Amino acid sequence: MQIAIFILFAVLALAGALNLLFQRHPINSALSLVVVMLSLAVLYWSLGAEFLAAAQVIVYSGAVMVLFVFVIMLLNAGEEEQTHGSKAAYLVGIPGALGVFGLLTYVFLTENHWIGGVHLSNAGVGASQNLVAISELLFTKLLLPFEVTSVLILVAILGAVVLARKEGQS
Amino acid sequence: MSTTVPLAAYLILAALLFSIGIGAFLIKRNIISIFMSIELMLNAVNLTFVAFAHKWQAVSGQIFVFFVMVVAAAEAAVGLAIIIAIYRSRKTLATDDINLMNH
Repeated sequence: MQIAIFILFAVLALAGALNLLFQRHPINSALSLVVVMLSLAVLYWSLGAEFLAAAQVIVYSGAVMVLFVFVIMLLNAGEEEQTHGSKAAYLVGIPGALGVFGLLTYVFLTENHWIGGVHLSNAGVGASQNLVAISELLFTKLLLPFEVTSVLILVAILGAVVLARKEGQS
Repeated sequence: MSTTVPLAAYLILAALLFSIGIGAFLIKRNIISIFMSIELMLNAVNLTFVAFAHKWQAVSGQIFVFFVMVVAAAEAAVGLAIIIAIYRSRKTLATDDINLMNH
């Protein structure tokens, strides 16, 4: 059960990420990023993080991606053209990305003996416990960082309004 | 039937998504696509956080992911506003044409 869920949604996430890489039109990339984020939400759920799975669907694939699609359509972004900069990026980008992947995989596999496995045994049952544990920590020990993020969001809203305003308007 | 998935599989998936994000960040020429590949990398790192939070049964990893989500949402709002401002003054989204600080 666990392994079927993992394989299905890992393949879906990888297909979405590769589609993001190979699509030329930004709107196709944005929609494949939504697929990646939704499959990651299912993987969070399978790891026992029910609250984060819900937050992933609402915040990322809901709010952030709607913002992306909105901007793509507002600016009428077309297909990107290949330039000579692309060739240099291919020469550096593909070996660099492969190098990072190889390094991370090597570390994860050599440390595999103590990392262990994942059971789905209490996923779904522990949803309320997960929420209780997160909120208890968030509203007692981490209350100050939590309140500071609200200030951060306020600053971000003001910054976005000021930056996106048309020039010449007061 | 309850088969276990090795946690390393989750971590390798996250590494793969992160590397695809790096590749897309370097190869893409459209500024919105570059921004989306940054979001992909943030998501890949979040997956490792959740996987290790599961491993040690610690909620603090999940709270870290929560804060990353908040910061990413704020970053997306400001970044897209900057992209709109750039498009207003340059009429282009190609990063090769956006190479001057003043205009």
